[in-house]
Amino acid sequence: MATVDTAKDAAVLAAHAVEEEGVRRRDFIHVATISFAGVGAAAVALPLLGSLSASADVVALSSIEVDISKIEPGQAIKTSWRKQPVFIRNLTPQEVKEASAASLDAMRDPQTLAERTLPGKENWLVTLGVCTHLGCVPLGAAAGEVKGEFGGYFCPCHGSHYDTAGRIMKGPAPTNLAVPEFSFLSDTIIKIG
Amino acid sequence: MIRIFALLIGLFFSGMLLLSFAIGAYTAATETVAETAEHKFHKHAKAVSFAHDGPFGKFDRAQLQRGLKVYKEVCAACHSLNQVAFRNFAEIGYNEDEVKAIAKGWPAETPSVDPETGEASSRPAIAADKIPSPFLNEVAARAANNNALPPDLSLMAKARHNGPAYIYSLLTGYQNQPAALLKKFPDSKTGEGLYYNPYFANLNIAMAPPLNDGQVTFDDGSPNSKAAMAKDVAAFLTWTAEPKMEQRKSAGWAALIFLLIFTGLAFMSYKAIWADKKH
Amino acid sequence: MSFPWAQVYAPKNPVMQWVDERLPLPRFIYNAVGAGYPVPRNLNYFWNFGSLAGAALMIQIVTGIILAMNYYASTDGAFNSVEHIMRNVEAGWFIRYAHMNGASFFFIVVYIHMFRGLYFGSYKAPREMIWLLGVVIFLLMMATGFMGYVLPWGQMSYWGAQVITGFFSAIPVVGEPMRQWLLGGFAPDQAALGRFFSLHYLLPFVIAGVIILHVWALHIPGSSNPTGVHIKAQSDTVPFHPYYTAKDAFGLGVFLIIFVAVTFFAPNLLGHPDNYIPANPLSTPAHIVPEWYYWPFYAILRAFTVDFGIPFSGFVIIPAKLMGVLAMFGSILLLFFLPWLDSSPVRSGNYRPLFKKFFWFGLIPCILILGVCGVMPAEEPFVMLSQIAAAYYFAHFLIILPIISKIEKPLPLPNSITEAVTGKPLEMPQTAAA
Repeated sequence: MATVDTAKDAAVLAAHAVEEEGVRRRDFIHVATISFAGVGAAAVALPLLGSLSASADVVALSSIEVDISKIEPGQAIKTSWRKQPVFIRNLTPQEVKEASAASLDAMRDPQTLAERTLPGKENWLVTLGVCTHLGCVPLGAAAGEVKGEFGGYFCPCHGSHYDTAGRIMKGPAPTNLAVPEFSFLSDTIIKIG
Repeated sequence: MIRIFALLIGLFFSGMLLLSFAIGAYTAATETVAETAEHKFHKHAKAVSFAHDGPFGKFDRAQLQRGLKVYKEVCAACHSLNQVAFRNFAEIGYNEDEVKAIAKGWPAETPSVDPETGEASSRPAIAADKIPSPFLNEVAARAANNNALPPDLSLMAKARHNGPAYIYSLLTGYQNQPAALLKKFPDSKTGEGLYYNPYFANLNIAMAPPLNDGQVTFDDGSPNSKAAMAKDVAAFLTWTAEPKMEQRKSAGWAALIFLLIFTGLAFMSYKAIWADKKH
Repeated sequence: MSFPWAQVYAPKNPVMQWVDERLPLPRFIYNAVGAGYPVPRNLNYFWNFGSLAGAALMIQIVTGIILAMNYYASTDGAFNSVEHIMRNVEAGWFIRYAHMNGASFFFIVVYIHMFRGLYFGSYKAPREMIWLLGVVIFLLMMATGFMGYVLPWGQMSYWGAQVITGFFSAIPVVGEPMRQWLLGGFAPDQAALGRFFSLHYLLPFVIAGVIILHVWALHIPGSSNPTGVHIKAQSDTVPFHPYYTAKDAFGLGVFLIIFVAVTFFAPNLLGHPDNYIPANPLSTPAHIVPEWYYWPFYAILRAFTVDFGIPFSGFVIIPAKLMGVLAMFGSILLLFFLPWLDSSPVRSGNYRPLFKKFFWFGLIPCILILGVCGVMPAEEPFVMLSQIAAAYYFAHFLIILPIISKIEKPLPLPNSITEAVTGKPLEMPQTAAA
């Protein structure tokens, strides 16, 4: 009898097990389907969001070449790089001397002129024309513009004064005018970016 | 009421259509439509196969480079390619310096402005520039080409039915006007300054046969028969029209395989949910 | 109407409870497309196409928003901006091809959805409002599709705009001023392109709004079914979720497989090569052909070749051109009257032997013939074929349908959905209760 009972029980248990197995397998399928749908949605979202990044033609223009042969000492030009203004300034020997000699102690963002220019070309100061405070374009590059108390650049938005090496001397801006990556292709042509 | 109106309108429209049909049928039965030379002698593009054909096809980079050479040395004299920039040539296997060299050495220069005087001028192209057009504007292009405008070729492979084969057929399809055509349509003689080509829609094209055997020499000594060059330039123009073709196909396969698995799972899910419901 | 046995939303999650008490949005969704909406258990795969149409609209809106970020609605810049998207924008080719083919697939899905409604009598009482709103959606889709096709400013875009707005010039007296008003000029130009872009962006959201009304109207009587018999008891229905959400997910998978296959491997299959040629107002393409989804209507437009007037007097009352325009609009507008033209109380075509014959051997072949004639040049035999097919099209809806709905002897209907499915008669609720 006992054997029969056990066999019966075993059969019932087995049947239960099959049922449970079935239930679990079904759940697994639903979970898998929903997970796949989620992964698919993410896989579609990626290119859609990626399309917002800089397009190939914009990236292709990320470096420019500028002819600087016409900039006399003491003058500066404003050009555009990556849709932002860039100041290229030809410092006079006097300015180079003073800027190199300036004491770093008083500066908010201490940097020597040599650190901000290329060796042997210390008279060529290339900076972004974007005030490091809130992004206005400082004055001082064009002839006749206010150059601020330190003879470099002056930002009219909130009164930041930069010296001839584009270093922040006074006002709210936290850092010096940024120096983009640049190099001399020849004595008269520089490549920015 | 609505049904009476509907009946009247239905009778009117259907009646007018049947009347149109009757008159059309009578006309068709009594008058023969004049055949045209285009109808009789136009040919469909030749069957030609390319490495990029089919769902797995990829561009043959060496062929695209040869096609570029043919375009540069032959087609570029008249046809612009204004959707393509020099930097795009990196995609057909040139490195940065080679791209710069191609841009600098391009037969046409990029229009610009003289920085001193402000007058229109030109400068050597750089990699970021689009390929400069051979002519300043449409008037200049027409003036130089017997009043025919050489079309831009950037999208030609997509702007014609069966584009790549059409380009190949057109370039290799010049022939003398068949005697049978002149016999049947004596008025259809190919005009002055036109060339007979059965693959062109109206049979008479203003472009002189552009390719001759051996016209372009390839650095690697690849065959430069007329047919070989036509095929190379057709492949190149397929690339200019559809530069993302390879990404498209590989992304397509990934998406298809993913969706097949998803749909399989969804089907099993659907069957499992409905397992106990008869429907 | 809500069925008394519909499940009631009772969230276990306290957050959902909290939200539901303050803004019953979860409850709304539960009752709309969740377990709270009882649906006939016997729906076939044709009932998948409603949700697929919604999915297709979403694809269009999402890809369209991104395209609009990079598109310039200017006659000088539009063509090049589309090429810019295809070449320079990251994944731009994918988004553009998906939008371009998505339009076609939206129409394929909606045509099958409409066909379902026509065959299974989904337009009949008490579902007339659903049908009327559906026809409104269809009209909006046609307008949106047309204006979208103009935007790339290729040859077919330009000449399509020229021809379609030219319809209006067929209207006597006010036609030409009206056309100039629509275009904002004498020919399609900057003004037309600008307004088409603006409206092409707006109308999909209007469509989405009308879809909400369409689904709202659906939930009043509940979904129809292949037998056309009303729901009588709980055993006739299953909850929408999970039964039909699972089925719709599977259907969506199949739809996406076909959509992806075309978009990635034959993206220009459904387009016209001429639209890769920039618009040129001085040169007309050899054959102006609209997008495939307008072909049947284009064929009807061109089928009228005879003026209506007093015979042999030369006095014309309605010129052929105007009649073509009227017929083309009429062929869609007559759908508004369909619920009252077909007065047969039997909904499903499966139980209507006569209707079924006219449907399968008359209407469907004629629409297909009109489609083929619409893409062919206006030559014989296509003109004559389109005249016969168009004559049948109007006769079918306006003459034949009202008549057969009167004279037809329908087949016996099943007593209930449950009976149709299981073969066993429905146990009526009161019997079950007893």
